[in-house]
This record gives sequence, C-alpha cells and structure tokens, in this order.
Amino acid sequence: MTTTTVSRRAKREIVAPPFQWTTILERAQAAGEPDWVIELRQQAWATYESMPMPNQRDEAWRRTDYSHINWNSAGHFAIPNGATVEHIPAENRAPLIGDEQGGLVAWMDGKLVHRELNEKITKQGVIFTDLHTAIRDHADLVKKHLFQKALKASEGKFAALHTAAWTHGLFIYVPRNAVVELPLHSIFYSEQTGATLGHVLVVLEEGAQATILHEYLSPEGDNHASYIGGTELLVGNAANLRYVSLQSWGHNMYEFSHGRGHVARDGQLDWIVGSMGSKLTKAFMQIALDGQGSWGRMSGMFFADGNQLLDHDTYQSHNAPHTTSDLLFKSALKDEAHSVWRGNIRVMPGAIKTDGFQANRNMLMSDTARADSIPGLEIEADDVRCTHAATVGQMEEEYIFYLMTRGVPRIEAERLFLNGYFWDVLERIPFEDVQNRLLADVDRKLLGMHTAKNK
Amino acid sequence: MGATLEIRNLHVSINGTPILKGVNLTLNQGETHALMGPNGSGKSTLAYALMGHPAYTVDAGQVIFDGVEVLELEADERSRLGLFLAFQYPVAVPGVSVANFLRSAINSRRKSINAEDQGITIPQFRKLLTQKMDLLGIDHKFAGRYLNEGFSGGEKKRNEILQLATLEPRVAILDETDSGLDIDALRIVADGVNKLKGPDLGVLIITHYKRMLDYLQPEHIHLMMDGRIVESGGPELAEEVEAAGYKPFFEKHGVEVTEE
Repeated sequence: MTTTTVSRRAKREIVAPPFQWTTILERAQAAGEPDWVIELRQQAWATYESMPMPNQRDEAWRRTDYSHINWNSAGHFAIPNGATVEHIPAENRAPLIGDEQGGLVAWMDGKLVHRELNEKITKQGVIFTDLHTAIRDHADLVKKHLFQKALKASEGKFAALHTAAWTHGLFIYVPRNAVVELPLHSIFYSEQTGATLGHVLVVLEEGAQATILHEYLSPEGDNHASYIGGTELLVGNAANLRYVSLQSWGHNMYEFSHGRGHVARDGQLDWIVGSMGSKLTKAFMQIALDGQGSWGRMSGMFFADGNQLLDHDTYQSHNAPHTTSDLLFKSALKDEAHSVWRGNIRVMPGAIKTDGFQANRNMLMSDTARADSIPGLEIEADDVRCTHAATVGQMEEEYIFYLMTRGVPRIEAERLFLNGYFWDVLERIPFEDVQNRLLADVDRKLLGMHTAKNK
Repeated sequence: MGATLEIRNLHVSINGTPILKGVNLTLNQGETHALMGPNGSGKSTLAYALMGHPAYTVDAGQVIFDGVEVLELEADERSRLGLFLAFQYPVAVPGVSVANFLRSAINSRRKSINAEDQGITIPQFRKLLTQKMDLLGIDHKFAGRYLNEGFSGGEKKRNEILQLATLEPRVAILDETDSGLDIDALRIVADGVNKLKGPDLGVLIITHYKRMLDYLQPEHIHLMMDGRIVESGGPELAEEVEAAGYKPFFEKHGVEVTEE
C-alpha cells in the first residue's frame, strides 16, 4: 500500500505595516519641516498607498519571503529613549585612520546624538550634518537633490514608504574641487524595537573627492525591528567617491532598502558593502553611469548564518559611452542561511565602448545553506563588452587540508581560508581597523558565537 | 633515540578504486629515503594518506609514528606529532601572509602542548623566521607576501621548504618537490633540504627523476609499482632505474604496463 502525503507550504498573507499618514504628518510638523518636504512625503504616501505589498509572485521578490515579519513590533516608529552616543560600541566610534577624527556623526533610533567635524574639513566648505538641519540651513541645496534623481517613490513599495516616512538622514556635501583627505564616518544605531527609516544623501560637486564609511548597527534583540532605508549618492563631473557601507544589525532586524549612485562625466564611484547581520535584508543597489568616461564599482561581502536571508539586487546602468562598471559580490553561508544575488548590467542605446563586468561567488559551508545567483545582461548598444561570472561552491577541502597539514586545527584553517576568500573585497576597504573588525565578525560567525533566533 | 615511521600493509582507495595495495616501509628519523616509481603507481597517494587527506580511504593496514597510531589522527594532529608534507601543488591563500600563517601554525603547536600558552611573541617569531630565511637564502620580503599567491613554481617549492625549516618536523615527505623546476630552482630547493637534513630529520623524497637524488643522496631507495613497493635497496637501485627505465622492473614483477 502506498500512502501519498501532500503537503502544501502555508503561505502567510503579506500584511502592510501599520504606518498611518496622520502620524507621519504629525512627526514632520513636530520636526518643523517646511511645506516642500511635507509635500514630497505626501506624494510618496499616495504612491505607497497605490501599490500592493511586494510578494513572491514579483520577480524581484521571488526568493524572498518576508511574510514572517511581525509588524506589531517592527511597524511602529522606534522611540528614542534618551540613550547617548556612548551606547555605540567604542570600537565603532574610533577614528578610522590614525588618531585624527575626520568627521563622525551618529544617530540613536533616529535621533542625532553626536556630530563632530574636523576643522580642516569645515574650512573646505564641506557640509556634514543631519538631514533636518540641512533642510533648515541649506534648503536650496537639499531641495535640488533630495528624492529628485537617485531615489524615487515609484521604484517600489518600500522606496515609497521610505520617501513618505523617513525618520532621519545624513547629508554630506563636498564643494567643487574640495578633496577631503580624512574619512567621514556616520552611524545609524537602532537600540529600540520598532522601525527607523534612515536616509543618506551624498553630493560631490565637480572634481570633489571623499571617502565615507557608513555603518548600520543594532544589538541583538527578541522583538522584530525594521530598517527601511534609502541612499542617494550623487557624484559630479570628475568627482571621486569611495563609499563603504557596513551592516551589522542584530538578528531581529528586517532591512528593506534602496540605494543608487549617479556618476557624471569622468566621475568615479567605488561602493563597497558588507552585510553580516539582520534576519532578512532586501537591498536594491544601482550605479547609474550617466556621464561619458564614468566609472563605477560595487563590491560586497556577506556572511550569513542561522536562518538569515541576505538578498541583494544590483543594477549597473551604462547610460553613456565609454563607461566602465565592475561588480564583485562574495558570500559565505552557514547553517540554513540563504543568499540571493540578482544582478543586471544594462547598456542603454548609444552607450558604445562600455565595459561591464560582474562576478558573484558563493561559498556554502553546510548542506542546508543555499545561494541563488542570477546574473543578467540587457544590452541595447553595439560595440560593448559585458561579461559575468557566477559560482556556487563549497569550502574547498584541498585548502583546508593544506593548512591543517601545518598543524593548525580545522577551525583555524577554515578561518584562514575565509580570510583569504573575502580578501579581494576587504582590501578595497581603506581602513585596516575596519578590515580587522570585519574579520573578527567573520571569526565570531564561524565559531557560532552569533546564532540567529528562529522567530 | 629517534622516532620511527612504520607503514604496515597499507591499503588505500579513492572513491572505491584501490590505489595502494599493501605498502610496507620503515623510516627512521635521521634517514633519507627516496620513493621512485612511474606515474600512477601510488606515490602521491601514499604521501596524502600519510598526512590524512579526507578523500583517501584507508581500507587496511597501520601507520605507526613514534609509537602512535597515525591513522586515527586528523591532519593537524599528525603535523603536530612531527610529520610534514611538502606539497607538489601548494594552494594559494590570499590575505594570509607567509609570516602570519607560520606564526599561527607555531602557536597551534604550542597550544596543543599547553592550552594556556600565550603564543610566540612577535620579536621571537621574527628572529626565528629571519634565521630560517637566511639559512635557506630567501629574501626577507617573502615573509610579507600572501601564502603562495602569485608565487612562481620555484617560489612555491621554496616556501614549502621554508615551512619545513620553521616547523621542524621529525619526518618530512617531499612530494615531487622537483616537478616543474628548472635546474637552478631545483638546486636551490635541494640545497635547502640538504641544510635541514641531519640526525633530527627523516626525509622521504618522492620523485620520478634521479636529478633530485643526485643532490640529496638518499641511503635508501624504494621502487613503487601498482600500489606496492616492489623493490628496496641502496643508491645502486636508482642507478639501475636511471640506466634501464622502469620497463625491466615491470617485467620482473609482473606488473601490467599502462601507458598514460
């Protein structure tokens, strides 16, 4: 006798978070926002309301089930409780190079708690402040860029929600030909349960140069939290921006974010991301090479364990001739962790002599880990060169064996191997202390010192 | 008294295919042995099996080193017991410098003896590594390079010998350390091994070629065919192989010749 058991995975209904326009409006008014900002919010809210929640029938979300999020805790604005900057681990606040702080700005649960900027940089006319202050003090500058080009509500439900309900933001402006020698460092720290919606707006005028480290951090917690983020990087003619963005959320965090960099003629954008934390991350990242001769690179390192899902959706858009893009994303996956990378190179009509490259490497460290790697090319111009490579492999026993024959135990051999695996991304981060911090995170994960909670 | 490596009736297979079919060999610390044999005879399999490569299954036999059952141990434990393998194809590990790797290997050794050990201090280690590099005529810059990353064939082999010198094993197996080296690189590597030879080091040289043996002068020669050591003798055995090739030995020992 044969028994057939039919099991059907119960699909949870995807519910929208309980945000209300009235609350958003009250908050905006309480923050003293001018009408034009409130109008931006209101338009975005209308867009938000007109869209359904994304679900796994949408191609971009096919592999990303976030229906288990508990909006009862994650869908209300986090309330800052007066915690000071000292709650952020000291190692995250230390100067990035040597003893001299370039600039450090930090938020706790959406509230600005610290801001310092080296006098040398202030004298260069650099603006390095929170978005509300910038809206008040530099309205014209902000108005020209905020939600105008790099992030629009129409891009998706969470982009719309972010645009309507953003809680805090970083504003960096580097004037024409200013070369900022010391790095600028900002931290979004979430300590309370609830939602924060942080925005990053970076504007480099023609010929400007800067290096920025932006960190997302939260301690471990039991109740679900959410971060609904937006990043706009605007790189002017012949400007050069190195932007390092590191995410080390607690395992109770759900991140939904959109980021885009626009690069003008002969400009360069070197964008490096590292994700270690969160229960689930769904991040859309795009580099738009708008100007002739512009260059953009996206590098990523991801290490997921427990039942984490890290999903990155990348887009390299060649909108002008003689543009070069390069992408290298590397993930390591333990336990039942899952990574998704879906990447497209798009070459617009007329964007001749472009060179686009993307490589995604995934390393599975258990039989139950999973990596989805979906490269794609959309080419609408002649005389271009676009290539991609994607691999999913295991930790190579040949390497481990070699290292072990020198007397190092397996765990140490795996650690050394992982260091080497991530090295080509790590070496693009120009701060040795930050590299070491990331390596320490890798070690902790390898040793199972972070265990994701099953919620 | 020195330690003895004793291989008794060792049978090893890979994915169910028998490769070693009863190997017997005894090597004492301080002796230099050479293992010769045609391609596919099982020489490298013996090297990997002795170090505990997970892809090699031991079906029968014993390996005893200094009274310890080696086959029960993981590769790192075998290393800490005093066995060393110089690889034919060492792998590259970017981001990990030669110096950092060797330091972590030394510290693993110290910790296995005493869990409380704080590790070798950096000045102590630097001194040790500098000594070894000077002994082998290796440029000090080598220490800062990433392990085997972008190394030439000769550099990889010299790096293996530097590891051998630094880790000071009791028995070292050199798996075709001569392969892919031109005559100058071969001489440098062989000179290095000669400097390390002595009463505290037993060496098992695996090679196809007599060239390496002319430099290293092993006292014992073993000839391997079809997974067994079919003949053992003194240096004259290597001369015979050099003069007549393997063919007469195939015939003598009734081994089927399989051309590769």
